[in-house]
Amino acid sequence: MSQVIQIQDVRKIYRMGDIEVPALNGVSLQIEQGEMVAITGPSGSGKSTLMNIIGCLDTPTSGSYILDGVDVSKMSDDQQALIRNKKIGFVFQTFNLLPRTPALDQVELPMVYAGAPDRKQRALAALESVGLGDRVHHRPNELSGGQQQRVAIARALVNNPSIILADEPTGNLDSKSGVEIMNIFKSLNRDKGLTVILVTHDPNIATQAQRAIRVRDGMIVNNGA
Amino acid sequence: MTFIESLRIALRSLGSNKMRSGLTMLGIVIGVMAVIAMLSIGRGTQAAITSQINSMGTNLLYVRPGSTQSSGVRTAEGSAATLTLEDGEALADLPNVVAVAPQVESFGQVAYLGNNANARVLGVTPEYQDALNANVASGEFISAANVTARSAVAVLGSEIANTLFDSADAVEQTIRLNGQSFRVIGVMEAKGGTGFMNADTQIYVPITTAMSRLSRSGQFRGGNTVSVINVKITDPSMQDSVVQSISDVLRERHHVQFQDDFSIQSQQDILNTANQVTGTLTLFLGGVAAISLIVGGIGIMNIMLVSVTERTREIGLRKAIGARKRDILVQFLTEAMILSLAGGVIGVLFGALVAQIISGVQMGTTTLNTVVDPDSALLAVVFSACVGLFFGSYPANRAASLRPIEALRFE
Repeated sequence: MSQVIQIQDVRKIYRMGDIEVPALNGVSLQIEQGEMVAITGPSGSGKSTLMNIIGCLDTPTSGSYILDGVDVSKMSDDQQALIRNKKIGFVFQTFNLLPRTPALDQVELPMVYAGAPDRKQRALAALESVGLGDRVHHRPNELSGGQQQRVAIARALVNNPSIILADEPTGNLDSKSGVEIMNIFKSLNRDKGLTVILVTHDPNIATQAQRAIRVRDGMIVNNGA
Repeated sequence: MTFIESLRIALRSLGSNKMRSGLTMLGIVIGVMAVIAMLSIGRGTQAAITSQINSMGTNLLYVRPGSTQSSGVRTAEGSAATLTLEDGEALADLPNVVAVAPQVESFGQVAYLGNNANARVLGVTPEYQDALNANVASGEFISAANVTARSAVAVLGSEIANTLFDSADAVEQTIRLNGQSFRVIGVMEAKGGTGFMNADTQIYVPITTAMSRLSRSGQFRGGNTVSVINVKITDPSMQDSVVQSISDVLRERHHVQFQDDFSIQSQQDILNTANQVTGTLTLFLGGVAAISLIVGGIGIMNIMLVSVTERTREIGLRKAIGARKRDILVQFLTEAMILSLAGGVIGVLFGALVAQIISGVQMGTTTLNTVVDPDSALLAVVFSACVGLFFGSYPANRAASLRPIEALRFE
């Protein structure tokens, strides 16, 4: 199995005026293709910073990050945007769907930015795969929380990313919907071999992953391997 | 991302807040409407003046006396008494000259029963009718016999006739002009006109009568000098050669050695001057109206800034799933352009409507005349698009440079 994520001695220091606030103090981490990983840790542990760097939303102060064979640690904003578009599927706690926009258009959006062909068919297929084939013209306010999160997962899947990065994906859902969403992630991982990274502080979610990585004080205290 | 895509996205987000989009657009609509209406007034005035000048004949030359020079001090143009009736007769024989109409100008107080008015009094010859396209509506014009006999007869401009006689027939009535009795022999057709050029407020008398009986200043009294010689030529294209031959004849007759004691002005010269004046007027009116367009642009900027703040999370999400800086920039600029362009087009329509409504409205003695030309409509739309681009670029740039993590975390 090849390593989809190789993080080597990554540090991230935020500057707040004259004060330097270290968020990550030399993190090294490898994640294999097809793994389902949970990243856990208390708030302030550097968990979110690590997620931002894995998701190419932020660049490390030092260290290297190779995603799918490409060094992305020193890329420009627009280059990172391209990587996010092609290789990373985001799922957020608050769903982050566009207001007043039908599900089909939401799922088409990453392909719009990629300039991809056959958007409609691919968006329909993605919605089918999360069980929303009958809700494609519904707007977010006409969908339940679980359904909204499934639209978000379809949106994350549609560009065939290397990894799915989910930030507290069940945090805003009731337990029944939460179980459904977790089942979708599990089946994506098991049946399609997708790499799924869950960022959570919920131990129940973490135990459902094959591997739990624990972060504290900007360092990995248990890499779960 | 294609243009169609950004158009769709922009239309959706504008449509999601119709009231706000409509009000923002209203600012531009009012601005463009004002520009179009104001320009139409300017253009209309220009067209009215042009047609008025043309109505006097496009192939007309005015020969005026030059200025006098006493001890090296030059006085105003036309102040010299150098042109005579005989000069006029001499010009009549030149080739390509159709009619020569000398005239003497003065002002007089005219009265009939209880009504009176101050009018420009022109002493003319029968040729005046032909040279200046002046036609009588009733009665007849000054005849050669009137000129020879120095008759106390007068032809009234249509407005003067109205002032003095209301709707009654003026012909064969006796009016008093500067205290002397004149018999009215005709009334002119209305030519329409404004201000200082109004032919409808003139009174025509035989040129000899004007010289001998009316002129107060003494400049013309008793003599045979005239204020203007109107020369009608066969064709405007002959203008230069006729001007040359008139100059030759007059220099010969006046024994001119250095400085001409006359000047020749063509109808075209007058038209050019008038166009310059009305052009400035149009520019001024348009400029004042353009200020309101700029205020409309500030409205766009204001709303776009609010919109960027409101949609911070949306911008963050778009960036997270792969929107580049340029994509966000284009999206917000497209929104601003849609607002300003649609506002511009609607504004042109409303402006044309306003121009249509105010056309023909009386303002004092003049009638408002409006002309909406496609040029100014196009200009207004392009200008409003530029306003959208200019005032939209700051908010759009702000949206585009938001950092995705901060934008996503924004509450």
